[in-house]
Amino acid sequence: MSSETKQILTTDGIPLEVSLKKAERRNKIKAFLLVAPLLLFIIITYVFPIGDMLMRSVDDKMVTEMLPKTFKAMEKWDGKELPDEEVFAAFHSDFTKLVDEKREGKLSTQLNYTKNGFKSIIKKLRRKSKSFEEGNYKEQIMAVHKRWANVEYWQAIKRRAPAYTGQKYLKGIDMFKNENGEIVSVPEDRRIHRVLWLRTLEIAFFVTVFCFLMAYPIAHLLATLPMKYSNLLMICVLLPFWTSLLVRTASWMILLQQQGLVNDFFVGIGLVADDNRPEMMFNKTGSYVAMTQILLPFMVLPLYSVMKTISPSLMRAGKSLGGTPFVAFWKVYFPLTIPGIGAGCLLVFILAIGYYITPALVGGASGTLISNQIAFHMKSTLDWSFASAMGLMLLTGVLAIYWVYNKLVGIDNIKLG
Amino acid sequence: MALPKYTEPHYRIWHYVYLTICAAVFFFLIAPLFVIFPLSFNAEEFLVFSDGMKRLDPDAFSLRWYKDMIYGTKNPWGLATKNSFIIAIFATIGSVILGTVAALGLSSRHMPYKGLIMAVLISPMIVPLIISGVAIFFFMAKAGLAATHLGIILAHIILGTPFVVITVTATLSGFDHSVTRAAASLGSNPVNTFMKITLPLILPGVISGGLFAFVTSFDEVVVVLFLAGLENTTIPIQMWTGLREQLSPTILAVATCLIILSTLILVTAELLRRRSERLRGINR
Repeated sequence: MSSETKQILTTDGIPLEVSLKKAERRNKIKAFLLVAPLLLFIIITYVFPIGDMLMRSVDDKMVTEMLPKTFKAMEKWDGKELPDEEVFAAFHSDFTKLVDEKREGKLSTQLNYTKNGFKSIIKKLRRKSKSFEEGNYKEQIMAVHKRWANVEYWQAIKRRAPAYTGQKYLKGIDMFKNENGEIVSVPEDRRIHRVLWLRTLEIAFFVTVFCFLMAYPIAHLLATLPMKYSNLLMICVLLPFWTSLLVRTASWMILLQQQGLVNDFFVGIGLVADDNRPEMMFNKTGSYVAMTQILLPFMVLPLYSVMKTISPSLMRAGKSLGGTPFVAFWKVYFPLTIPGIGAGCLLVFILAIGYYITPALVGGASGTLISNQIAFHMKSTLDWSFASAMGLMLLTGVLAIYWVYNKLVGIDNIKLG
Repeated sequence: MALPKYTEPHYRIWHYVYLTICAAVFFFLIAPLFVIFPLSFNAEEFLVFSDGMKRLDPDAFSLRWYKDMIYGTKNPWGLATKNSFIIAIFATIGSVILGTVAALGLSSRHMPYKGLIMAVLISPMIVPLIISGVAIFFFMAKAGLAATHLGIILAHIILGTPFVVITVTATLSGFDHSVTRAAASLGSNPVNTFMKITLPLILPGVISGGLFAFVTSFDEVVVVLFLAGLENTTIPIQMWTGLREQLSPTILAVATCLIILSTLILVTAELLRRRSERLRGINR
């Protein structure tokens, strides 16, 4: 490039390139300013709070702040034998302060999460510590209860020293860090969360499969029928779509109850005896049936919008080239509908995996999903950090599915209705 | 779907099997909704069809559950209905304004980081509701907005805007930008151009996005369960508690009203969709 290339100037005498760039920047800022209010709103009220969930799920400062001196003294302790007097004295000083502030109850709840059995011995220590004499705290504390003389309980306290912890995530998959710092599974009979994760995946998977099997034929019918019939049938898909979720769940509760119409029908055709009506609600069956019907429109609509664009002459061409209708369908029509199948399955699977209301109402104990567990910890046990941890695990799963989907099919293929 | 005369018998059979399957699926989709109507007129307290109802005996039907819904002293349906409408209307207004303005920016070809920003904006639609519920609850609790109408309205704006953004950007994708340039060249300022030219043209998209936002808010229960206090109870919350405790026919009366409401919304949405398709057809 020679420096003699003549610059093109605008009428103001500014080089054209500069002027264009300036205009471009102005347009960019203008467009961005339009988006900014919503973007800020979503970031502040939604994205940050999800970050907050992350903080809460690993936050373990509570105990760290309650026993500052103890943990300072414990730094030198190797954790194998009972700690020496220094740790006991520090613990006593921390504990007296907590009792003064009436916070020792919180400490016992927290420590009980780590190891069962802290609740009673802390209560006992509070009573006895009033009459403690100065000095030689090790013996005095150990005399309160034999568990205070057990090294495992001191190891449990030491495990709560770090301000951040991943133990809520481990708990979410039924694992924990044992005394030696190894990550191990909880005993077989206490693994509740793994069962729930697997069940959530299983129900979401089968609901997706059922929805696909049912939606494909009717989407095809809707796409191939003449407009005036298909519009009428479309209402059958859209009316449930627009109807309240709770109304639809209520109707399933009526249908599936033991004296309900479905059971009446089974008795009527002699499939089951009148006095032996099967339980179809408050178990997995209830979740399957209700969720399939409720999520079906989400499968039909994307399939329909894709099938609508496929020209019928393609099938005719396939047949005229010698294919039977089945071959023409399988080799020509079906591959063309794959974007619709992908979008529908993604939508249904992701909605199903995070389902809460319907399983809670018709799922009973054996048909509830991971969301129900999250809600339970939010509302009943108030273990918010655990609820956050499980929520984020679920979120990671959902985002991973999106990522895979985006690689395979492309996210742009999703259409709304 | 008449078959040509030369169709071979086994394809003919397959065709009828296919139609039967379709009929069964349509029945599965729509029939459950119709169980609710007759039972809401049940004279008795049980949620099964009484013998009188099966005989179509007029005495077996009554309006008592509708009366109970409106006049029942123990039923907070009045408060719930009022709250539901207030929350849904304000949430819709908020979602439509924020969403439409953002969609205008997103549709500009000068918009930087379009994909990333779009992903953030529609994330409330993608993330499972229970997680949104937890996150929004944490925010509202910190901001002191838990158990207030404002908190719930803001939460529903978060959940409703993605629908508005999506429908309006879709409408704008078929929008001919030369009309706004024409308006500008004739001396109109941007606000005036938007109100007089752009908005009327994209109105079907805006309204159908608004309908989505309205229904989302009106039907939303997961987030409200975390946020609502006794004063903020909504129709879905009342239904939820009712269904958990005891399935009473009053709930079915409410459900019938909700089905009628959703039918009205469906008709509006369909008319709008057709209108916008017609308009787009003319543009082509």
